[in-house]
Amino acid sequence: MAEYAVELRDVTKVFGDVVAVDHVSMAVRPGEFFAMLGPSGCGKTTSLRMIAGFERPTSGEIYIDGKPMGNTPPFRRNVNTVFQSYALFPHLTVEQNISFGLEMKGVPRDEIKRRVREVLELVRLPQMANRYPRQMSGGQQQRVALARALVNRPKVLLLDEPLGALDAKLRKEMQIELKNLQREVGITFIFVTHDQEEALTMSDRIAVFSKGRVLQIGTPLEIYERPANRFVADFIGETNFLDGVVKEVNGEMAVIEVNGRRFVGRAGEGVRPGVRASLSVRPEKLQLLDQPSGSPNCYEVTVSSIAYVGSDTRVIVRLGDQMIDVWEQNSISTLDPNYFFGPGEQAWLSFPPENGLILVD
Amino acid sequence: MSTDTPIVLLGEREAVRPRVREAAQRPTLGRFVLTLIALFTFAFLYVPIVVLVLFSFNSARTGAVWQGFTLQWYERLFNNPRILDAALNSLIVALVSTAASVVIGTLMAMAMERYRFRFQSVWDGLLYMPVIIPEIVMGISLLLFFAAIRLERGLITLIISHVAFCMPFVYLTMRARLADFDRSLEEAAQDLGADEWTTFRRITLPLLMPGIVSSALLAFTLSLDDFVISFFVTGVGSQTLPVYIWGQIRRGITPEINAISTVMLILSFVLVSLSHALQQRTSAR
Repeated sequence: MAEYAVELRDVTKVFGDVVAVDHVSMAVRPGEFFAMLGPSGCGKTTSLRMIAGFERPTSGEIYIDGKPMGNTPPFRRNVNTVFQSYALFPHLTVEQNISFGLEMKGVPRDEIKRRVREVLELVRLPQMANRYPRQMSGGQQQRVALARALVNRPKVLLLDEPLGALDAKLRKEMQIELKNLQREVGITFIFVTHDQEEALTMSDRIAVFSKGRVLQIGTPLEIYERPANRFVADFIGETNFLDGVVKEVNGEMAVIEVNGRRFVGRAGEGVRPGVRASLSVRPEKLQLLDQPSGSPNCYEVTVSSIAYVGSDTRVIVRLGDQMIDVWEQNSISTLDPNYFFGPGEQAWLSFPPENGLILVD
Repeated sequence: MSTDTPIVLLGEREAVRPRVREAAQRPTLGRFVLTLIALFTFAFLYVPIVVLVLFSFNSARTGAVWQGFTLQWYERLFNNPRILDAALNSLIVALVSTAASVVIGTLMAMAMERYRFRFQSVWDGLLYMPVIIPEIVMGISLLLFFAAIRLERGLITLIISHVAFCMPFVYLTMRARLADFDRSLEEAAQDLGADEWTTFRRITLPLLMPGIVSSALLAFTLSLDDFVISFFVTGVGSQTLPVYIWGQIRRGITPEINAISTVMLILSFVLVSLSHALQQRTSAR
């Protein structure tokens, strides 16, 4: 088996004068659940379509199971796709839909029967073989689309926003189900989504796309805790940005000056003294205190507004003219309103240096 | 009256109903005029046809006087070799030109829908232009064209001409169908291992079939009913039914003419209804 299930080497795709995919390189390991995440128009779907063979790279090369794909048409690639719209054949029953791929490979009749039955069990639709797609709900159609692809036992399964058309509740269920299914069948999944939460919950690794480029590839933990740049930090989860100028760099740490106040944080890539950068701190990694802490990142702030949302309390504070979100976990059960800060009150905003990230764009 | 029915509700119903009925029944001058216009419109459209159909069953040889019911004109019709020849010509021309225009029209529509090339809107316009070209102009131009290339007038010229005016209708119908066609279905088939031809045969063609059949029925009807263009391009011994009828009329309208017309009317009606029903059924999906 090749080292990588799918590899993109310096792949570029140009449509007319639009660069949809711009020198993208990434490698997906066998058995991995790999997400391509980004806003719409970032090149993630085009990349997926190039792996499937529906589009050809303008330059660069795609390898599937170690073999360069070149101009190999989709019907000769050992990958299968679950389409965003499911693309179930409306004139065929569920069974005929699922059998289609096996028939094309010339699998014997009785083996087709058996494998269709097995895969329908796998996606928990055993009674649906003779239905037509239009007689099924969106969630059921989604499973049929999955079954139709999985029954071929491809090296790689490509999923183009497969949960996009489902309502929020069904989506959550399918996220877990899809993840379990992937573990069960052991097939490499490459999953396109614009939903960062979906990517974080389901994937082993994530490639964050923006404007045709891959900005970062890493585990959900790495992407969230150590975003490579401002865009990634902004796109994944919530964060506060304080813009300033880097003053010092000491190994992994750096000092940034924001409106005359100095903060210490982890130095991101490309951080050098004198460059413009942003301090990124996530709201849940900030603390509000009655009195100053020993942290170098501790400043007096004014509470601007406060919202109690059950699991946490979301406070917006003002530091100079900058508004900062602070989420405090409600780890103590109390009915005492004085336990919370009120609007207009003074407080001390503090965070340890390792909770802050100094990033260039 | 059961006691658990709320009385208030009943009272409301009784108060509302008569008022509605009153509004619907009150005769006004405007309503009267509108009804009259509507009746005239329908009479204008259908009375001549009804008269034609009725007189095809009239036992009187001439004149507009009803003398009694008979099927003898239909009997004569089916025993008249010249009429049967004309009908056979019509059928041959209609079948061949339908088949040709459906294949060409569908492929043209697919090409225009799927590929992007220079002056596309010009080509598109040129393809459906024959729909709006006056038939007489088309008839004369075809006649001149066939004369210029020294093609003798007969079934071949009829078929070529019928393809020329039927194909644009097929093209227009299929363009509309293809605009709704989900290309990802074809991608899905290829993704599952079907090559281009298998994809076309197993996915594209079956899904387009209702559109193809309905445009074929339309083309068949158009071809069968055409007079003006056929009149110009027909030759001796290759007369189609409408051209034959026209020839007979010059010697006065006979009940046989009424009978042939009735047969053609029913045939056209059935074909168009079928085409329409097919369109409806697939768009309801």
